[in-house]
Amino acid sequence: MFNNEMKLEFISKSSNEAFARIAVAAFASQLDPTIEELADIKTAVSEAVTNSIIHGYDKKQGVVKISAWLKNNEIIIEISDKGKGIENIEQAKEPLYTTKPNLERSGMGFTIMESFMDKMNVESVIGLGTKITMSKIIKPKIENDEDEFKMLMTTNS
Amino acid sequence: METEFFEKDKLLVLKITDEIDEHSVQKIRRRADYEMERYMPKKIVFDFDSVTFMDSAGIGLIIGRYKFANMIGAKICMRNLTGSVRRIFDMSGILKLIPVV
Repeated sequence: MFNNEMKLEFISKSSNEAFARIAVAAFASQLDPTIEELADIKTAVSEAVTNSIIHGYDKKQGVVKISAWLKNNEIIIEISDKGKGIENIEQAKEPLYTTKPNLERSGMGFTIMESFMDKMNVESVIGLGTKITMSKIIKPKIENDEDEFKMLMTTNS
Repeated sequence: METEFFEKDKLLVLKITDEIDEHSVQKIRRRADYEMERYMPKKIVFDFDSVTFMDSAGIGLIIGRYKFANMIGAKICMRNLTGSVRRIFDMSGILKLIPVV
């Protein structure tokens, strides 16, 4: 059913945000995404991981898990924590809503995940944790040998 | 971050050279506030030319600096917004508040 699968686990330190998004981007690169598609995936992963660390675990130490699958030309990413959970998911998804305005949080995390990925789903249980599943279709590139040849010639000259 | 101050125009240019996420933004925020207090500029330009990654932490960073600038009587603006940096700022609505030059 899937062409490829990977799993990652790391503790909830904000210094792991860069590690997480770069690891997922490296996995996604097997689908030959454009730079923009890759930036979308990195941003969405960064938002979800930040939410788990800042809100889910709220300074306490816990484990963030990432699973990702490649299915034809689609990447499916699941990011989960065993943190405190989200009380009201609909409210949390509203643009500019944040429970931590004093920390200069913008409240745009879910909005960015929703618009940078094709699909996004949030499951959360108070006291048990939160799981975010998102997916994106990587558009197949049209192979054109002649263009590629021209490009190589210009780069070399 | 690279800093340049032009005394004649009281212009402070803050060129961000790191990726911007919840982790790195803490250092960027401290440095920006330090430079703003040190030079007391009238105008501050945030330059994003060397920013290779930014998530929503960048929005909070700029809103926070906008408030700080107001306190010291300075105006802020941004330059070299490209790709997903531009899209994130567009989405947040802060471009209505902070000009891009």
